[in-house]
Amino acid sequence: MWEILSDNWLLLLIGQYPNGPMGGLVATLSLAALSLTLALPFGLLLALGRLSSRRIFRYPATTLVYMVRGLPLLMFIFWAYFFVPLVIGRPVAGFTTMVVALVCYESAYLAEIIRAGIQALPKGQMEAGRALGLSHSQTMRRIILPQALYNMLPSMMSQFVSTVKETSLAYVISVQELTYAANQLNSVLLVRPFEVFALLALTYFTLNFILTGIARLVELRVARRRLAQPVQAVPA
Amino acid sequence: MQYVFDFGAVFQAPYLEWLIQGLYTTLALTGLAWIGAFALGTTLAVIRLADVAALNFLISAYVAFHRNVPMLVHIMFWYFGVPAMLPMAWVDQINAVGGEFLMAMIAIALVMAAYIAEDLRSALRAIPSGQFEASRALGLSYLQSMRKVMMPQAFRIAIPTLVNQTLLLFKNTSLAMAIGVAELTKAAREIENVSFKVFEAYAVVTVMYLLLSLLIMWGGDVLARRSRLAGGH
Repeated sequence: MWEILSDNWLLLLIGQYPNGPMGGLVATLSLAALSLTLALPFGLLLALGRLSSRRIFRYPATTLVYMVRGLPLLMFIFWAYFFVPLVIGRPVAGFTTMVVALVCYESAYLAEIIRAGIQALPKGQMEAGRALGLSHSQTMRRIILPQALYNMLPSMMSQFVSTVKETSLAYVISVQELTYAANQLNSVLLVRPFEVFALLALTYFTLNFILTGIARLVELRVARRRLAQPVQAVPA
Repeated sequence: MQYVFDFGAVFQAPYLEWLIQGLYTTLALTGLAWIGAFALGTTLAVIRLADVAALNFLISAYVAFHRNVPMLVHIMFWYFGVPAMLPMAWVDQINAVGGEFLMAMIAIALVMAAYIAEDLRSALRAIPSGQFEASRALGLSYLQSMRKVMMPQAFRIAIPTLVNQTLLLFKNTSLAMAIGVAELTKAAREIENVSFKVFEAYAVVTVMYLLLSLLIMWGGDVLARRSRLAGGH
């Protein structure tokens, strides 16, 4: 198994670059990072919509989140595959298609994380902000969101791990990421499928195990910081 | 050229038959993998509670491996990789009964079992330890106190997350199309390929997935409400 890795590590790392698009592990990571970053503003809007007291915001946001949660990511990928070129009016790279599909899918999941983060803050934060004369949106922007977003860093990290795993589906529309590279390798070597796919699984495992470890460290830090700043009792 | 919407086309022969067959395969895959995942997940959670160091390590390694590797990679590993290690006679037999379906089912069940084991473990930890001690003191064996005292409570606590995992399992059966299982997503692709009715094919299958997902979410709500104890969880 190790000689497969030492002979082909470059293919698994960057795909056929520079003779083709950037692929392999680098493409996997950039797909995940780009999609999650782009999904963040949409997730935030959806979360605020779901928490809104106005029905015209709450109902569509809630419906959208439920719909996305009820559909397989693969359906989003195929929808994007056929309709992104139609909307833009020219052919698009598989990478872009996958980013569009992932942004749609992840927005809903991020929205649920952000909503939970906002709801986990004590109600007094909003009330105090309003009592001090800030408007609802000012309190949201300056008081609630900075705290909530910081507290949900660990959840965001584990969502990143999920996204890394989900990028493997890009294989289905022939985006040259890690899973695609491994399948290419398998069809070249032909007789070593067990080793190739075990190697692929181990690569994902190592990457995500490290990311999960980092997420746990961040979680500890966040928890410690929250404990370190208890509400100070005013001395009588 | 103007695109003409024609939903009727998708419901004609032979497409209707493909849709029904796809739906059947998706449901069968979901059902069988679900049974496997819950059986294995529960077993792992029960063994974990026995708190034997070596077993703890093995089970947490199993859980970490299955949760950190994409399900698609597990499916490929089982479909392409594992048969290469099996005797030829076995492989022939597996292929005779449909290797794609079987291997997809095994992979999905093994991955979801890891998630379910973790959910049940945290639910078991939420039960006061006095429950277990009391049942042992009353003369129940380890397995009896698991079956009659601990697990019923753990399942009740874990219902929301278990429903979520069921939904995830259902959605993930779509990945089986990557190795050629003719489930619902594959049916949509085939219909679109042959009839060129791209929009209609995906719209119909999207609605089918959505309805089934909503059914699972609704069923989970009903289950959670029914199993709630007076004054308790």
